[in-house]
Amino acid sequence: MIEVEIISGRTLSQGATVEEKLTDEYFKAVNYCELSEEDFNALGLSEGDRVKVKTEFGEVVVFAVKNKDLRKGVAFIPMGPYANMVIDPNTDGTGMPQFKGVKGSVEKTDEKVLSVKELIEVI
Amino acid sequence: MEVNVICTFCGSVCDDVLFDIEKFKGKKFCKLGSSKFSKKERLKSPMIDGKEVSYETAIEKSAEILVNAKRPLLYGWASTVNEAIRLGVILTEKVGGVYDQCASVCHAPGTLALIEEGVPGGSLGEIKNRADVVVFWGSNPMEAHPRHPVRYSVRAKGLLIKDRKDRKVVVVDVRKTKSANMADMFIQIKPGYDYAIISALRAIIKGEDSAVPDEVGGVSKEKLKELADLMVNAKYGAILYGLGVTQSRGRDRNVENAIKLVQLLNRKTRWIIWPMRGHYNVVGAGEVPAWEAGFTYAIDFSRGYPRFSPGEFSANEVLQRRDCDAALIIASDPVAHFPKASVAHLKKIPVIQIDPFPNMTTLVSNVVIPSAIAGLEAEGTAYRMDGIPFRVKKVVESEYWSDEQILEKMLEKVNEMLEG
Repeated sequence: MIEVEIISGRTLSQGATVEEKLTDEYFKAVNYCELSEEDFNALGLSEGDRVKVKTEFGEVVVFAVKNKDLRKGVAFIPMGPYANMVIDPNTDGTGMPQFKGVKGSVEKTDEKVLSVKELIEVI
Repeated sequence: MEVNVICTFCGSVCDDVLFDIEKFKGKKFCKLGSSKFSKKERLKSPMIDGKEVSYETAIEKSAEILVNAKRPLLYGWASTVNEAIRLGVILTEKVGGVYDQCASVCHAPGTLALIEEGVPGGSLGEIKNRADVVVFWGSNPMEAHPRHPVRYSVRAKGLLIKDRKDRKVVVVDVRKTKSANMADMFIQIKPGYDYAIISALRAIIKGEDSAVPDEVGGVSKEKLKELADLMVNAKYGAILYGLGVTQSRGRDRNVENAIKLVQLLNRKTRWIIWPMRGHYNVVGAGEVPAWEAGFTYAIDFSRGYPRFSPGEFSANEVLQRRDCDAALIIASDPVAHFPKASVAHLKKIPVIQIDPFPNMTTLVSNVVIPSAIAGLEAEGTAYRMDGIPFRVKKVVESEYWSDEQILEKMLEKVNEMLEG
């Protein structure tokens, strides 16, 4: 298990499929977590493996992706239903939940990645 | 036949794009616009609890839900036109509900900063023609506004900026994004350190660099001095900030501090600061209620007059407090984009959805009303990210009602029920 700060955000593929949320393309565009090379290797992961991302606000299983441009300790999940399982819902009076910079942990898992529809059911 | 259209995806609202009506295919679009202007699955018919019904029946049921609710939440609005938003604000007032819009999970913290500081701003045209230094702070235009760099901010050629070499581009981000690759200077910061770094830049520009430690938020003092120097020596600079600033630690205070930095720079040269707005008419979703009710988001009408308080009346606060007993969601998908603590309440209350496409909110909606796609099947006015209005076009006939038509009918029904 490693400690990370989780960032969520827009990607080109997420944006291009955002009006087709019930398709496989959207599912693929938002169901992964990017980790730095160092963190990815430290967890003994290979491409296609799944990880469980946990914060004090929730947990979610997503696919692990290596991103050599990320700094160690930073995890990136595309904005969307998977990221929203773990981000900080508190708004500190601004109305804005904290979608970026949420402390959490990442560990390797054999559990499956839920579909978009299954995700709603577990909320 | 190829016609000129106005793109209704992101806040850049590209007005130079073409659409082939027969082939149903766009030209000159970016990846985001191409997908917007292409065939995809639609909501087929109005539905109540999964059963297909007429527009009239679905609208009547929606009016009934809204009138019977104590405090409905009417949320979304960023991907529709001003004419529809106007009716939405009036509808919210009639039913004593809460009006909130996508900016509340996007750029609204910037609005709070503007209320305190004002905004030294400028149009995209000014950036294109004048800006010799552009700083993308926590924004990733290559993925969120793909044609912005070409049309306005990086490779754009203008009156005074005739070549890419005339412009210095800086990207400040926690990740080395695709946009970082096009920058002359990339500054990678630690998550949540925007405020501290802006403060350090202010200190350096003020001549108080002895107060700045050797490293701030993962950036060396030397690098910060280099950036400060570049900023002070710009003839016309622009800070274009994104959600990296508004959605991380500090939120509105980050923007406030950045505006203070720009105020300071304006004593020496000319700088502007502007948000990279996301949805094509998220500006309208704020400006229209501002004309109608005096506020841009998080507006409660339950007392019969508008009250603004983001800590109470923003959609996420209302939902997490379980303080609404019905919701109308239009041109947005909060089930996909809100934290699960907020979605949990949406699952429990009656939800009405108005949208062209099925999405995650459809899965929790009791009433679903399909609508025409603005910019393709319906016309109206939208504000580009810099507040410039564009008339988006109707170029394709469709059987779908526009958001404006749906809301007009819903308002009529609500009025009948309230008077009856």
